[in-house]
Amino acid sequence: MAKVKGAVVVDQECCKGCNLCVVACPEDVLALHKEVNSKGYHYSHMVNPENCIGCMNCGQVCPDSCITVYRVKVPVAKD
Amino acid sequence: MAELQIQDIIKPENKVYGKSKIMTDTPLHYCYGCSHGVVHKLVAEVIEELDIQEETVGVAPVGCSVMMYNYLDIDWMEAAHGRAPAVATGYKRVNPKKYVFSYQGDGDLAAIGTAETMHAVNRGENIVMIFINNAIYGMTGGQMAPTTMIGQATSTSPYGRNVDINGYPLKITELVAHLPGAAYVTRQSVHTPANVRKCKKAIKKAFENSKKNIGTSFIEVVSTCNSGWKIDPVAANKWMEENMFPFYPLGDIKDGQRDSDEKYSVQKLKK
Repeated sequence: MAKVKGAVVVDQECCKGCNLCVVACPEDVLALHKEVNSKGYHYSHMVNPENCIGCMNCGQVCPDSCITVYRVKVPVAKD
Repeated sequence: MAELQIQDIIKPENKVYGKSKIMTDTPLHYCYGCSHGVVHKLVAEVIEELDIQEETVGVAPVGCSVMMYNYLDIDWMEAAHGRAPAVATGYKRVNPKKYVFSYQGDGDLAAIGTAETMHAVNRGENIVMIFINNAIYGMTGGQMAPTTMIGQATSTSPYGRNVDINGYPLKITELVAHLPGAAYVTRQSVHTPANVRKCKKAIKKAFENSKKNIGTSFIEVVSTCNSGWKIDPVAANKWMEENMFPFYPLGDIKDGQRDSDEKYSVQKLKK
């Protein structure tokens, strides 16, 4: 049995803070940042990176193509 | 075992999803949360997957997506308002091996360009038509479009669309599905990840149909216009689900190929 771990990289300057990725995430990984980028948008970022499963939902609903998703399989040792 | 660090996951070999190579680095000028961006991305991904970047020609409309040529690294033509199917027809007839698609909004395809749309599909041109239906004229400030819902407030119908004055919303996709030249007519949306995946499949199928020369493929994408509707993107998706989907149901309407010409020939009709 392998566990899937993922990570999301958001292009902070490209993000317009539309919140669609936050709603699409099934694991509550993403949220809008308190800070703003140079255009004044609250960009999306990972608040719970340990929950990410790399399902790509956030990337697929992103209108500005600013999300890149990475995923690895982590083997879990049986005790 | 030590906990896996994020830096160990973020490596090129672990990348499973990212920006398509067909998309240029130009930031999209659309409002935040606009469905146009998602559909642009899907078209780019399909072109990348089919490896047809050199053979694809897009025809851009007049509307919000008028500057689509800045975002996808393929050949483009710009058509007058509503005339994208006519321009696409010309290009496809001169270059039959190219993949030609038109990308239009509802003010372009369903209002000023209704005649071109109908006749292009009726002729069974081997083009792909992508139709973004957001029930409003987005670029010019949210005026009422033919596809605006009954009771929907817009800047030119502030008390809601009234059937007595403005008539009914136009279901152009159903109209097109009746025409013998249509091969594949479908209605999709891009508001959830599942719908995005379905929409991508539909666009891919349409481009494959274009190769097979079996008629026109017509894809309507029911979309949001949160600045025109004056709500935030998440609420706009909910509004679309509640109000637009009952009138514009999702799914394939026609899937096959254009009717054979013998069916309508004079000799056959005489019998």
